Amino acid sequence: MRNEVERPVDRHVVALQVNGERTELLLPVHKTLLEVLREDMHLTGTKHGCELGECGTCTVLVDGKPELSCLVLPIQIEGRAITTVEGLASGSELHPLQQAFAELGAAQCGYCTPGILLASKSLLESNGRPSRDEIREALAGNLCRCTGYAKILDAVQLASERMASPLPRRGEG
Amino acid sequence: MSFSIIGKPLPKVDAVARVTGQAIYADDMLPPRTLHCRILRSPHPHARILSIDTSAARRIPGVVAVITGADLPIKFGILPVTQDERALEHEKVRYVGDPIAAVAATDEEIAASACDAIAVEYEVLDPVMSIDAALATPKDERIQDYGGPNNIHKLVALEFGDVEGGFARADHVREDVFFFQGNTHLPMEQHSAIATYVDGKVTLWSSTQVVHYVHRALAKVLELPMNRIRVVGAAHGGGFGGKTDPFAHEIVVAKLAMMTGRPVKCTLTREEVFYAHRGRHPVLMWVRTGVTKDGRITAMHFKSALDGGAYGSYGVASTFYTGALQTVTYDIPAYRFEGCRVFTNKPPCGPKRGHGTPQPRFAIELHLEKIAHDLGLDPVDMKRRNFVKPMTRTVNWMRVTSCGLEECTARVMDASGFRTRKRRPGRGMGFAISSYLSGAGTAIYWNDMPHSEVQIKVDRGGVTAFCGAMDIGQGSDSVLAAIVAEELGLQPKDIRLVTADTDTTPIDLGSYSSRVTFMAGNAALEAARKMRALLVEAAAAKMGRPADSVRVGGGRFGDFSFEEASVLAEARFGTLTSAGSYTPPKIAGPYKGSGVGPSPAYSYSACVVDLDADQRTGLLHINKVWIAHDVGRAINPLLVEGQVEGSVYMGLGEALMEEQTFRKGLHKWPSMLEYKSPTFLDMPEIETFLVETNDPEGPYGAKEAGQGPLLPVIPAVSAAVFDALGVWIDEVPVTPEKIVEALRRQGKGEPPRYGPSRFPDIPYPKCIRVEPPPKELDLAAPAAI
Ligand code: FES
Ligand code: FES
Repeated sequence: MRNEVERPVDRHVVALQVNGERTELLLPVHKTLLEVLREDMHLTGTKHGCELGECGTCTVLVDGKPELSCLVLPIQIEGRAITTVEGLASGSELHPLQQAFAELGAAQCGYCTPGILLASKSLLESNGRPSRDEIREALAGNLCRCTGYAKILDAVQLASERMASPLPRRGEG
Repeated sequence: MSFSIIGKPLPKVDAVARVTGQAIYADDMLPPRTLHCRILRSPHPHARILSIDTSAARRIPGVVAVITGADLPIKFGILPVTQDERALEHEKVRYVGDPIAAVAATDEEIAASACDAIAVEYEVLDPVMSIDAALATPKDERIQDYGGPNNIHKLVALEFGDVEGGFARADHVREDVFFFQGNTHLPMEQHSAIATYVDGKVTLWSSTQVVHYVHRALAKVLELPMNRIRVVGAAHGGGFGGKTDPFAHEIVVAKLAMMTGRPVKCTLTREEVFYAHRGRHPVLMWVRTGVTKDGRITAMHFKSALDGGAYGSYGVASTFYTGALQTVTYDIPAYRFEGCRVFTNKPPCGPKRGHGTPQPRFAIELHLEKIAHDLGLDPVDMKRRNFVKPMTRTVNWMRVTSCGLEECTARVMDASGFRTRKRRPGRGMGFAISSYLSGAGTAIYWNDMPHSEVQIKVDRGGVTAFCGAMDIGQGSDSVLAAIVAEELGLQPKDIRLVTADTDTTPIDLGSYSSRVTFMAGNAALEAARKMRALLVEAAAAKMGRPADSVRVGGGRFGDFSFEEASVLAEARFGTLTSAGSYTPPKIAGPYKGSGVGPSPAYSYSACVVDLDADQRTGLLHINKVWIAHDVGRAINPLLVEGQVEGSVYMGLGEALMEEQTFRKGLHKWPSMLEYKSPTFLDMPEIETFLVETNDPEGPYGAKEAGQGPLLPVIPAVSAAVFDALGVWIDEVPVTPEKIVEALRRQGKGEPPRYGPSRFPDIPYPKCIRVEPPPKELDLAAPAAI
């Protein structure tokens, strides 16, 4: 009978640095970062669509680089800075990407949105004014079934423009 | 008419929650003591269950409950005529993935191990895996014990007008056969449900599109009165029709919560989502059309054969839909439709965006292209000559009110330069049109009640609107807020919404068949206008002026702020509530089956696709898509554009790559990597035009936007391939292999075509003959029947 649960599970204390806060957790070593974020830390903003590294939905940033949290074990990234969608806004001020996604309708069901926001943030940090094709390239691993991607491209471009030269936001002034 | 909110591209009311990770989807909920549920599913496509032994599973530490079909024997199903599903099967399994047993355990891994420990003995039966096999005598036994002969589920045969006379009158008659492969919704969110049982009452949060239908199914299977069950729609991660049936996991978690007294959650794995399916039916189609030499249609005969998978689901409706809407775009004076759905040992098919109509739309658009080609006519001109006219009734009794086909066509023709395109091998453009319902005109189960209801409460300046509609990402909450805000002179963000909760909201039949804007929108409009009248009356009385002099807008009612006016009104009338409801007009024709197809209004779309096709490899590159959509009126153009773009995307996925197929009874690619869908890199630029025809019955003239624009994209791709390479691909998806094969045939002097060669013999019954209605429509007397 296959019954792994009766075998003792290897557990480790892992110190994670998530959105600037340090937490120590006792975790089974095989538990993925996705599961730990959602179930142990209640950071349910990070979503999942496959848990096999195929859809990009679970993307988080590790030291600023996009990683699929369903394929990462916490023990691999101890001490490194993890950013989830909950860490994007500063206080109640939305990140320019969040603002642009909300304004332009780039989030329909919003399920792919956290992963795409984080992948976009990483892109804009290395390339402040990406072309539409560069955005497509950077987000090619993130599936979205609702938007046809069009409004996401518009939103990333709008955010990049605003971040490069802060302008008054729509609806202000 | 001038509006302050309607027609403005405002952000969605829930946009901030969605971009900050604060929207709570079903799988995000984890109340204390939650048990995790996993479902054991059949490894065989077709088998009798001889025994199920759960004793080893029950002994595993951490397992709290194990159930099988014996615990949930009552059958359910979305349509009253096909109550053929069990939450768990204990007698027979009908597809790989059919649920058999369920475990609730303290964690998911334990639940999964316990499923592995359940011993099931099967008697394996010969699987039926194709339409042809389903039509033949089964080797072992039939899949279901109803329908027939053999594995036929449903047969339909209808005839409207003088079909033979129409063919006799024709100068040219053409027959074609087409095949549309099945595909699936692939919502990014895996289905999820969580149930609690407190004080004799079940509460279920689910990723459903229709809380009301889940509510009904739970009451039936759990044998509880509906007032002991509450179903709440959690934040939704995409449906596209795939979350419109009640599902096994929803019933199972409710049952397990009742047994254990603890919250129980089940989230399907991605592989299980492919098995839950209810997606696009594979459909084989035969069409014969007579035309005059200038291309006017004189008669059409259309046959369809749908591969339904193992259960009924919405299949009876899907079957009718493959024949219902041909006449809603083209004026067909005589029409015969024969439809057939068969059972096969695959996950059940059901409604996916466009429900039963993208397949015939693909067939009929290409078929008309070919006829134009035969006659040496320009296909666009020929199609245009046959367009239906506004304010008419079709030969099969569909009532057409507003219709923007002409304008949609003109917009995409002009913008794309279709007429002046440079012809060269390897580059092509294709054109197609379509139409879709703004909500089904008849309910799934027979009743005379409204299809949507909205209540509004105003309390010291705060406005709350209550409606059972489920926002599945399309923005239905934003539409409701916009309508209420418009009428009360407020902003959408001033309106609190309570939606999709069977305890606290009045009924709405859910987010499917593109019904919410039209139906819940009309209900909201009625409720909001009643509330506005109360506030106006109170303000007028205080001002000592007649009610019609009270100006409403900008947060003010005459001399008063909204808050002051609401206080005056509450003092005058007591608790401020209002209600509105929407019941579609009774417009179905006088024949059996006439309930599928009628809608209070139809949207219209036209599309041009521009592509490059590689003559050597058959690879396609879509350069651009132009799409015009007659939405009646765009309540929020930003959201309408989003629906149109999403539809074009999904249409391109179906046209180019998406297919759900099987080998030896097994799904060939039940994962997101293998099931190909378009990425950022595959999507061309889309140019969208919104056409506003101001429908006489839509809220502010609005019609649907979420499904119709998918339909023309698929035939436009295939027509563009013909334009580029001179080969017809009569089968969806239009893949490089098929193009290469058609080119090979072209090179050998064979017919330059890839597609099915024949349509099977199907024992359709004798056609029911229906007299066509008078063609002119008098809206003043809508209830002609
Ligand atoms: S959930 Fe991690 S890539 Fe899909
Ligand atoms: S917004 Fe729904 S999947 Fe992207």
